[in-house]
Amino acid sequence: MTRALFPILVMIIAIVVLWFVAMLPMNAHQAVLEAERAGAIVNPDTASARTGLSGWTLLYRNFEPVTEYAWMQERPRLPGPHQVFAELWNTTVEKKVTSKRSLIYHSWITLSATLLGFALGSVFGILLAIGIVYSRVMDLSVMPWVIASQTIPILALAPMIIVVLNAVGLSGLVPKAIISMYLSFFPVVVGMVKGLRSPEIMQLDQMRTWFATGGQTFWKLRLPASIPYLFASLKVAIAASLVGAIVGELPTGAVAGLGARLLAGSYYGQTIQIWSALLMAAGLAAVMVGLIGLIQRIVLKRMGVF
Amino acid sequence: MGWLLFAFVVWFLGWILNVWLARQNRFVWFIPIVFGLTLLLIWEGVVRGFQISPILLPAPSAIIVRFGASTNILWQDFVQTVIKGALSGYVIGCGAAILTAIAIDRSGFLKRGLLLIGNFVAALPIVGLAPILVMWFGFDWQSKAAVVVVMVFFPMLVNTVQGLQATDVMQRDLLQTYAAGHIATLIKLRLPAAMPFIFNGLKIASTLALIGAIVAEFFGSPTLGMGFRISTSVGQLALDMVWAEIVVAALAGSAFYGLIAWVERRVTFWHPSQRKA
Repeated sequence: MTRALFPILVMIIAIVVLWFVAMLPMNAHQAVLEAERAGAIVNPDTASARTGLSGWTLLYRNFEPVTEYAWMQERPRLPGPHQVFAELWNTTVEKKVTSKRSLIYHSWITLSATLLGFALGSVFGILLAIGIVYSRVMDLSVMPWVIASQTIPILALAPMIIVVLNAVGLSGLVPKAIISMYLSFFPVVVGMVKGLRSPEIMQLDQMRTWFATGGQTFWKLRLPASIPYLFASLKVAIAASLVGAIVGELPTGAVAGLGARLLAGSYYGQTIQIWSALLMAAGLAAVMVGLIGLIQRIVLKRMGVF
Repeated sequence: MGWLLFAFVVWFLGWILNVWLARQNRFVWFIPIVFGLTLLLIWEGVVRGFQISPILLPAPSAIIVRFGASTNILWQDFVQTVIKGALSGYVIGCGAAILTAIAIDRSGFLKRGLLLIGNFVAALPIVGLAPILVMWFGFDWQSKAAVVVVMVFFPMLVNTVQGLQATDVMQRDLLQTYAAGHIATLIKLRLPAAMPFIFNGLKIASTLALIGAIVAEFFGSPTLGMGFRISTSVGQLALDMVWAEIVVAALAGSAFYGLIAWVERRVTFWHPSQRKA
């Protein structure tokens, strides 16, 4: 880990520097316009003459006004890290948690749907995997469909699921959780089937020589053997679950949640708001995957794997 | 009542048939087909039996009729979303990722850093970038291709970098005794050895590409495209149209995946996972 720390630090610094540099051409048109309004001399001097020019050309011809205005705009095409983090600070620490403008409030709405969907999807996935491993008919008939359904873009179903469930009377948390569940159960099924089948024939034979019942073989051999596979799938599943919850918020008309912040931001051109919601979602995903990794370490240590 | 009885009988017969087929050990490929057909027939029977409103759940027959009646629109949407948006983004993103992986392959420093960042980014909700990219590249297919590029790039990069490390010291030593340079080793040994990993990445990316192209259309699109059609048809409560689009998406996704798997069998015929049992 320490060996990788230095490369990562260098990469992150490189990304931040690139980000600031990229802001210059991306925001050049707006920056030149603002400079012109402030009375500076710009080249070319009318907005219509500038429309065809690329950001780089404008930057080259008006280096000083662009660098003066590009990094601190109200609605930039590409907001800078300092603007995004200021917005994050404003909407998390400065606002009350119950306020509709608090990002923590919106994150919690998305997170609750994510966690509910993740829990449902994991339980369903594990049960389905047990069925597949123990029943040959189920294996032969269900498994191909589980694999085939992965090639179907489930997220495309999201608007319909939301609207239909709304018509039945379910709204708010549950429809989003169902989409999350749908996305998170596939990785769990595939991983658990692999894991439950991972004991070798020798080990299964050993259980038979001990006269172990089916239940004992399951609890003492198959289930423990599947735990590493389970955790690897859970990490994929929770990331997918978050994506599901965010996309599930899009068709409801942007009421609340991180997806709603994204959509509202794109309607009103509030780029800083979009980026801060995006960063918040990235942070949530990282924390949740990290948390599962931590639980995985503790559990595997207890089991004596490491 | 008759339709409910029909659904029940179909369920029972399908079950018996599959149990029997599974015991036979022949016609194993037939079992998933029976399962799928049974599900469709039960769906049809339940929708008719309970008289479920078509704005909640249309019957499969209604979806087939709608599919047949609007092949024209479906084809236009398919071209806009799959060919223009998903496929171009897929080719650019995967190509760029493979080239990047080969470029950073010589530097352990870049590899360690990019691999960890790549793993991190691969877990992020990239679809969230869609509104930003739509703002930058406009409403047409270019913005959808851009979303797809970002979505497929990192999984592909991580897989290719791992694949390029898949050779062992003995093999590399052998090439060294042949006086093979970096380029020759890359072309003759390491790229072929990386192929199973690259194809794994290509398969993952194929699903991501379709999802990215469709979801990006929810944030703004010209008046055609599968994502556009799905969101507007949901608004008009024309759910049979939505399901018809989903059938198209499923067919396109499976065909895309199948094509990659077919090429994979040709290219990595030597790999243990491709051997016939």
